[in-house]
Amino acid sequence: MAEVMRPEKFDISNDTSSLASPELLHVLAVDDSIVDRKFIERLLKVSSCKVTVVDSATRALQYLGLDGDNSSVGFQDLKINLIMTDYSMPGMTGYELLKKIKESSAFREIPVVIMSSENILPRIDRCLEEGAEDFLLKPVKLADVKRLRDSLMKAEERVFKNIKHKRELEASDIYSQLKRAKI
Amino acid sequence: MNTVVVAQLQRQFQEYLVSLYQQGFLDNQFTELRKLQDEGTPDFVAEVVSLFFDDCSKLINSMSRSLGRPESVDFKQVDSGVHQLKGSSSSVGARRVKNVCISFKECCDVQNREGCLRCLQQVDYEYKMLKTKLEDLFNLEQQILQAGGTIPQININ
Repeated sequence: MAEVMRPEKFDISNDTSSLASPELLHVLAVDDSIVDRKFIERLLKVSSCKVTVVDSATRALQYLGLDGDNSSVGFQDLKINLIMTDYSMPGMTGYELLKKIKESSAFREIPVVIMSSENILPRIDRCLEEGAEDFLLKPVKLADVKRLRDSLMKAEERVFKNIKHKRELEASDIYSQLKRAKI
Repeated sequence: MNTVVVAQLQRQFQEYLVSLYQQGFLDNQFTELRKLQDEGTPDFVAEVVSLFFDDCSKLINSMSRSLGRPESVDFKQVDSGVHQLKGSSSSVGARRVKNVCISFKECCDVQNREGCLRCLQQVDYEYKMLKTKLEDLFNLEQQILQAGGTIPQININ
């Protein structure tokens, strides 16, 4: 008679989380100002994030694979956990970038944060209505990034725990089925 | 390490830095920048301000061109330049430069070419002044490090 494995011995895989690595959030930062790019990059690194910085919304779309050539498919195994974009940029604005991301089936779940040096309420409302996760006034503070990071990590943890729990239920279901079949 | 020399340099550094805040050259954002620097990235602040000064020079040149001929001023371009300058000065804590940008924008909004030219001159003066001041500050930092000391983190109220 074969030994029936107890559920606890089943290996519950760790990579169901979409985190770039167990602890690191991968952030895509978009800003046309070289000073602000340098600043936000450092801010994010100090907050233990992996950072990719681009200088325009067009380049951001290229990086995500949403620039027309690949239509809305995108690069499926590109793990981005957060997009932070400046609002006022020449060419495509941060708002337009936000819309494109929310239209994409591959990336619409990724939280998008808008940054702006101008505190214009209708602008803030418009961004939040379009699905922005948050709207930050520049210059962005370390506290803002920490707050974002903490809330994203909590969300990831919840997702991971749900998946883990689901796996446990499935495993214990198999176990009881096997027991009943007396294998 | 000569602790007396280090202590002296550190005090000099502290006094100089505080004076820059008191005279309005710098604001709290510069403090935030310094907090982001550590032993692993000892040149971070110097690099950011260097990028800022390059930016200033570039933007001032292009705005100068736009304001060049009285009969064909491109105020939209000037406004865009002021916006960028205001943004980056705000990001590094360059308080005086930022404040000139506020007046500059007002002149732009009412298409006051003379006013814009005055502001342009002032912004040029202010960024160059700040550049000199910060060069002196970074110089003091280097002296402290070479004497074997550490750069004090200073809380500005």
